[in-house]
Amino acid sequence: MLALLQIELFKIFRRPRTYISFAAIAAMVLIVQVALKADGVSYLEFLMGGMKDSIEIPYKLVLNGYLVCFIILNLLLIHVPLLVALVAGDSIAGEANMGTLRLLLTRPVSRTRFMLIKFTACVIYTVMLLIWMALLSLVLSIWLFGTNDMIITRNDVVEQIQRSDILWRYIAAFAYAAVALTTVAALAFLLSIFAENSIGPIVSTISIVIVFTILSEMQIPIYDQTIKPFLFTSHMLAWKGFFYSKSNGEGEAIAGSIENLPAIMKSMSVLLTYIFLFVGSAVVIFNRKDILT
Amino acid sequence: MSAIVQVKSLSKSFGSLKAVQDLSFSVERSDIYGFLGQNGAGKSTTIRMLLTLIRPSGGEIELFGLNLKTHRREILQQVGAVIERPDLYKYLSGIENLSLFAKMNQVDFSRKRMMEQLELVGLADRAESRVKTYSQGMKQRLGIAVALVHDPQLIILDEPTNGLDPQGIADMRNLIMHLCHHMDKTVIVSSHLLSEIEQIATRMIIIDHGSKVVEGRVDELVDPAKTVVELETTDSEKTRNYLTSSPWQKVVTGFDEQKVLLQMHREQIPALNYDLVQQGIGVLSLQTKNSLENYFLHVTAGKQHVGTFAN
Amino acid sequence: MLKITITIFLSLSAFAIRAQDASALIQKVKAKIESVRDYQAEGVMKTNVPFLKVPQSDVTIYFRYPDKLKIKNDKGISLVPKGAVSISLGNLMNNKQFTAIPSGEDKINGLGVTVIKLLPKDENGEIVLSTLYVDEARLLILKARTTTRDNGTYELEMIYGRFAAYALPDKAIFTFNTKEYKLPKGVTFDYDDGTTKKKDVNPATANKGKLEITYTNYIINKGLKDSVFL
Repeated sequence: MLALLQIELFKIFRRPRTYISFAAIAAMVLIVQVALKADGVSYLEFLMGGMKDSIEIPYKLVLNGYLVCFIILNLLLIHVPLLVALVAGDSIAGEANMGTLRLLLTRPVSRTRFMLIKFTACVIYTVMLLIWMALLSLVLSIWLFGTNDMIITRNDVVEQIQRSDILWRYIAAFAYAAVALTTVAALAFLLSIFAENSIGPIVSTISIVIVFTILSEMQIPIYDQTIKPFLFTSHMLAWKGFFYSKSNGEGEAIAGSIENLPAIMKSMSVLLTYIFLFVGSAVVIFNRKDILT
Repeated sequence: MSAIVQVKSLSKSFGSLKAVQDLSFSVERSDIYGFLGQNGAGKSTTIRMLLTLIRPSGGEIELFGLNLKTHRREILQQVGAVIERPDLYKYLSGIENLSLFAKMNQVDFSRKRMMEQLELVGLADRAESRVKTYSQGMKQRLGIAVALVHDPQLIILDEPTNGLDPQGIADMRNLIMHLCHHMDKTVIVSSHLLSEIEQIATRMIIIDHGSKVVEGRVDELVDPAKTVVELETTDSEKTRNYLTSSPWQKVVTGFDEQKVLLQMHREQIPALNYDLVQQGIGVLSLQTKNSLENYFLHVTAGKQHVGTFAN
Repeated sequence: MLKITITIFLSLSAFAIRAQDASALIQKVKAKIESVRDYQAEGVMKTNVPFLKVPQSDVTIYFRYPDKLKIKNDKGISLVPKGAVSISLGNLMNNKQFTAIPSGEDKINGLGVTVIKLLPKDENGEIVLSTLYVDEARLLILKARTTTRDNGTYELEMIYGRFAAYALPDKAIFTFNTKEYKLPKGVTFDYDDGTTKKKDVNPATANKGKLEITYTNYIINKGLKDSVFL
């Protein structure tokens, strides 16, 4: 199994297009960092404009590496799933397009094992992409902007997290983001088995993510009460929940706490269910599929 | 003789289209087994079913005495295949492609062994080049190397000469003969190039519309006494007049404005040539038409299902 | 008629006497407050504002008489309400600008206090009215409620202990008005965990913020650089 996984990873990382994703993330992160370094205060004034009449805001202290990382992650919500779909959507369709699928499936490896190894390789790629993003968005931001307490602006509340209480939250958030992106990878992987060209699964995956995200973010009761809780995009944002602290009822944030951990765990279980469903369906369908390419 | 491949009542439908119907055949050890049929006859579908790329709708397949459904892994360890145009990873080199598949088959993928395999197919000097720089013939040879990398007992080649030039076709033919006669492999070759099959195959099957038309030994189907000869001369009328008034009239089967068709023993051809020259008739071309081709066209056009000749 | 006139005269006289008492009391309180020209204090700051969820923080408070106040957090960020400068009593106390009006007595935490209202002589100034609750015996202001023209009413409550002699509290609680805070969800992309948040509809506490500082140490009248107030 390990040897087969090594082969898949070798194929992924020998392909030039794989590095487009890493370069794209680097470009996006650096663009945001440069912009914030040049004029991050204006952006903060926009975000915190609602409270500047009541509160003295030390913008230069607020604009630190931890907040910059948070801003970057917020902005890259739609973009990183696209990059994940780029490889996952290509995993089976790309082989079919190249004509190598039939060569692979005449090896003494069961189709189930083949699919699981393919998906595992996609997950490893996704995790590496996330680690790369973490290094750039967190480590580089800290180097450029320093560290301090983190102030995050929610819809109706502004939260402050002390600097000593931040890093573990980022580790948890990135771990959650890995699950969220794996869900997108699983969807792209499932769609990949139906196509002989990777463009179809990639575009389909992104379209689904965009439409579901719109449905998740719109505040329309008919959607809120029916389909929204079941959309996987509604649960992809739960990584932010690690930055929401509990309050002691007097407006004081409790250090080391998470406002609603059960909700985050529930969201994670929804995502894991989707991963299981997508991958399981892909394996079952692929096992019965006639390979005509 | 033991059958390496035993297919019984195999069928495959794609919706309402019956691609393969009640097909049965067997391939013996050390055979070069020709798999013939027109385009769309069901050859590729059958071969893909042998390789588990397509699920049969019915019937049974046994390879090496094992049921393909239940012993897929063991069976495929002993099977190598080139299916249509062998597409490999263009962004990898020849040796990287070969190593990759060797690793998948859990065989020695050391550089030394890989170079030996590439030497076998004449690609050693292009081992480090990316496949996207290979010609079609080189890709075909690399495909063969990939099919052989795990030293399989059975090799299945689906249209292996597609896109090859005459030299490439000759090389492929020689390679197949080498595999069978010197490496004791069993080879199934699917092709629509009857002339090639006629030269190398020991046994063959002709299928049409997914059903078997005939199966048997090639030497029994291809009778040298029934060689079709196509003759073109400098004076068609004089040739016609001579042939129809001479003992050669027994072997004349047809005329058109330019050519005469005869069916005769191959060994009579020099004598015919000599007589024509003696009559002052210049021979422009004297071509032997594939009697297998003739047989093939006859059975598939007439849809005669002759059955299986004695093995 | 004479009786009524005498009654009115005596009432006005009593009032005048009480007003002079109030003014004198304010002067004494002010003198005590003014004995501290500057201080640097360590403290713990707690913020309770409807739209803020912040941890308590260790802060350093710098004060220079009459109205320079700076709250700093060297280890992190402190979100200090605007108008926190009013935590200093100095600029409330200069009765050249105010008229002191006695307003009876009250109790704060069981302690009897004298209530004095300060009316600004400048009718166009920011401050409209200040009400001071003074512990006459110790010459300490236990509570000050100030109504401003543009920023509503804020309240400052002081609890004294070790530094009462300097009129410096162990704890100061500053209550002020806040505006509602809202950012569009399309900007924040918050995680919706499915719970509905309860909105505070109690008029006493809705749109009101509280800043509480517990002082642990004072360095008094040792001088302060101008740079600490930047």
